[in-house]
Amino acid sequence: MKRFAELLDRLVLTPSRNGKLKLLTDYFRVVEDPDRGLALAAITGDLSFASVKPAILRALIAERMDQILFGYSYDYVGDLAETVSLVWPQNKAEGSHELTLTETVAMLQRASRSDAPKVLATLLDQADVSSRFAIIKLVTSGLRIGVSARLAKQSLADLGGVDVSEIEEVWHGLTPPYLALFAWLEGRVPRPERVAAALFRPVMLAHPVGDNDLDKLDPADFAAEWKWDGIRVQVVAEGGVQRLYSRTGDDISGAFPDLLEAMNFEGVIDGELLVGNPFGKTGTFSDLQQRLNRKTVSPKMQSQFPVFVRAYDLLQLGSDDLRALTYVERRDVLGGFVTTLDPARFDVSRNVAFDDWNELEALRRMPPHPIIEGIMLKRLDSPYLAGRPKGPWFKWKRDPHTIDAVLMYAQRGHGKRSSYYSDYTFGVWTGAEGAEELVPVGKAYFGFTDEELRQIDKYVRDNTIERFGPVRSVRANRTQGLVLEVAFEGLNRSTRHKSGIAMRFPRISRLRWDKPAGEADRLETLADLLDK
Amino acid sequence: MRPRDLLRPRPEGLYCPPGDFFIDPVRPVERALITHGHSDHARAGHTKVLATQQTLDIMGLRYGEGFARQTQAIGPGETVDVNGVRVSFHNAGHVLGSAQILVEHGGMRIVASGDYKRQPDPTCAPFEVVACDVFITEATFGLPVFRHPPASEEIARLLRSATQFPERAHLVGAYALGKAQRVIKLIREGGYEAPIYLHGALQRLCEYYASQGIDLGDLQPATVENSRKGEFAGAIVIGTPSAFADRWARRFPDPVSAFASGWMRIRQRAKQRGVELPLIISDHSDWDELTATIIETGASEVWVTHGREEALVRWCELNGIAARPLHLVGYEDEGD
Repeated sequence: MKRFAELLDRLVLTPSRNGKLKLLTDYFRVVEDPDRGLALAAITGDLSFASVKPAILRALIAERMDQILFGYSYDYVGDLAETVSLVWPQNKAEGSHELTLTETVAMLQRASRSDAPKVLATLLDQADVSSRFAIIKLVTSGLRIGVSARLAKQSLADLGGVDVSEIEEVWHGLTPPYLALFAWLEGRVPRPERVAAALFRPVMLAHPVGDNDLDKLDPADFAAEWKWDGIRVQVVAEGGVQRLYSRTGDDISGAFPDLLEAMNFEGVIDGELLVGNPFGKTGTFSDLQQRLNRKTVSPKMQSQFPVFVRAYDLLQLGSDDLRALTYVERRDVLGGFVTTLDPARFDVSRNVAFDDWNELEALRRMPPHPIIEGIMLKRLDSPYLAGRPKGPWFKWKRDPHTIDAVLMYAQRGHGKRSSYYSDYTFGVWTGAEGAEELVPVGKAYFGFTDEELRQIDKYVRDNTIERFGPVRSVRANRTQGLVLEVAFEGLNRSTRHKSGIAMRFPRISRLRWDKPAGEADRLETLADLLDK
Repeated sequence: MRPRDLLRPRPEGLYCPPGDFFIDPVRPVERALITHGHSDHARAGHTKVLATQQTLDIMGLRYGEGFARQTQAIGPGETVDVNGVRVSFHNAGHVLGSAQILVEHGGMRIVASGDYKRQPDPTCAPFEVVACDVFITEATFGLPVFRHPPASEEIARLLRSATQFPERAHLVGAYALGKAQRVIKLIREGGYEAPIYLHGALQRLCEYYASQGIDLGDLQPATVENSRKGEFAGAIVIGTPSAFADRWARRFPDPVSAFASGWMRIRQRAKQRGVELPLIISDHSDWDELTATIIETGASEVWVTHGREEALVRWCELNGIAARPLHLVGYEDEGD
């Protein structure tokens, strides 16, 4: 348990991706079965304890401690799991046996609703502070340690020296504690067979079109499609099982019963999930977000925000794996196949006709639909390959939106950037003339060069007006302030931010040392964009 | 005699009317008794200062030799008479030279503990329980959430991390007096023998500790002049906490930032400061040490100062001990 607890402690505070990967890989290498497999399941969210509910915790601590002292403690710490782990009376007998993660998980899973409080209390009694925190995190919803399932899979790939797509390929057929997976990664047995039906297939991804990339390519070798602004999904119906996966292999079927009902076929489609219907209005990404990240979805939600899939590709039909065929061949099969499906739920992403790059460039700049975010280029002769191979597929995005905003707050970065103010909150003007004030509209921490980072850091240090821990408030008024040109992909409405908007993928595109702060954009400019 | 006739708070600090002296005054006074060398307790500019020799030495290092008109050293366990009041100093286990001060008069015994801890510390003498009627305790970590693990376990985590990430420098933030030397000593006890690099602000105090017989091993200045950037890869560097937020820290390759402090118990505090490797090492008592010490002194009354008074006062009430917060101004947590 101790090693798992230490892993969680370190992951929570390690900001860099490489650092997290190293911590995970080392853990999986050193820790034995089945502990490591259960840790993996905990991280990927595949462990649950039906009888143990978070409410038990409050009752348990109330029996053990003065409520006023607990109140002072909870006020100070702010997090229930952490507070309980810290104030829990120390009962661990010196030299007593330390429970393994496996034993802990087994006890929690065996617990019935009536003896769950006793089981949990016993476990907490036998643990030290870190282990108590880990146990409480296990039984309350979600670890929230900043590690995605995808990152965990990457660490497994690093452990076994295989590509992450190979992990994804077998992942959904495996269950905790993943003995066969680790045995394969350590080279002791061959790769696990895909046994279960309706598994995820690793998706094919595109590179962005870089400068001069197109000069070297012949337009005649490529097909173009619109790049739709929904989420990329894989629609799998196999052996009577229907699954909808995100592009990273997360099973999101639960939120889309309406779509699953229409998946009465045998095959695997790669496409874009959008709100609306193929022949009517297509909803925005904000509309789509109403449907995402839900475990269940009400009938009202389903009728208000119906979803459909715009098919890009066909990976499997019946028992035939089509991935080795060329793009042209697959699209040919796809076209015929989609006509057999519910037209309210499926259509095909049409090809965009063009003769040369200039013509396509013009189309890219003036897309025929607001929910298009660019163009995809796909080599006609390319098979469907896992991962992001360089060459066969390109994405050519619509140019980003930009605004000029004023730097308001700067926060120190992490790791390499811990001595730099590198995370910037910026705002735009609002309010009547003569009474303008800045309202924050977003935060960005990349897009600038190292040299520019040094310059902004110096500016922040020289123009600090207030400090709150790692955050500095920077001088910003009508006459003084640093104007940042911020690029972003789109806007969503937000009730969380004072400005009422949230930016998608904001980054600093230019430093406007030349521009007076008073001439930065106003909130209305962004509001107009939101209404389009 | 009532306790407050013997010691009472005044704006300058804790005052003894019959003895006409202050304990750890925050403003210059005629006669000051100083518990230890941290700057919120030991200030320059008093006329007469009574403290342990080590505390006087440390004040001299920090403020220059003229920090007081007249100084008098007192050893642990020694008693002196100050205007008819018996005063003795007793080890507090906080930092080198730190002492509790026992004030006795008219049959009343009050202990002003200054700052103290009960965990073993290889760089200073251990805390000594002094029986008393009134115990004045600090409460820096006076909340039940603060429980410091054994410092050696924390250092073991640091050394494991240094092995796991040999390409990165490990920057350990530690306060200049006491914490830095304790951390270095613990690293040595953990079996680490390579040079440890120091921020310039720590050098003199480390040298002073060494002169007092506390061997800290090979210490090198963390300067870039003589070494190129890559050479700090895998190194352990100790600096004051503020130094690592400063431009100074840029000389180190992809640093792991560590911070040795009792505050690191709370994850959110570590996260806010961008600390990747929190080391829960404190020179103050944690909750369990505070409550155990109160009981051991046998005091019938407890005065609680600098820190989270309300929780400790509540605990005393629950345990049938009279307690009140003693609102002294000017004490911060330099020592942790």
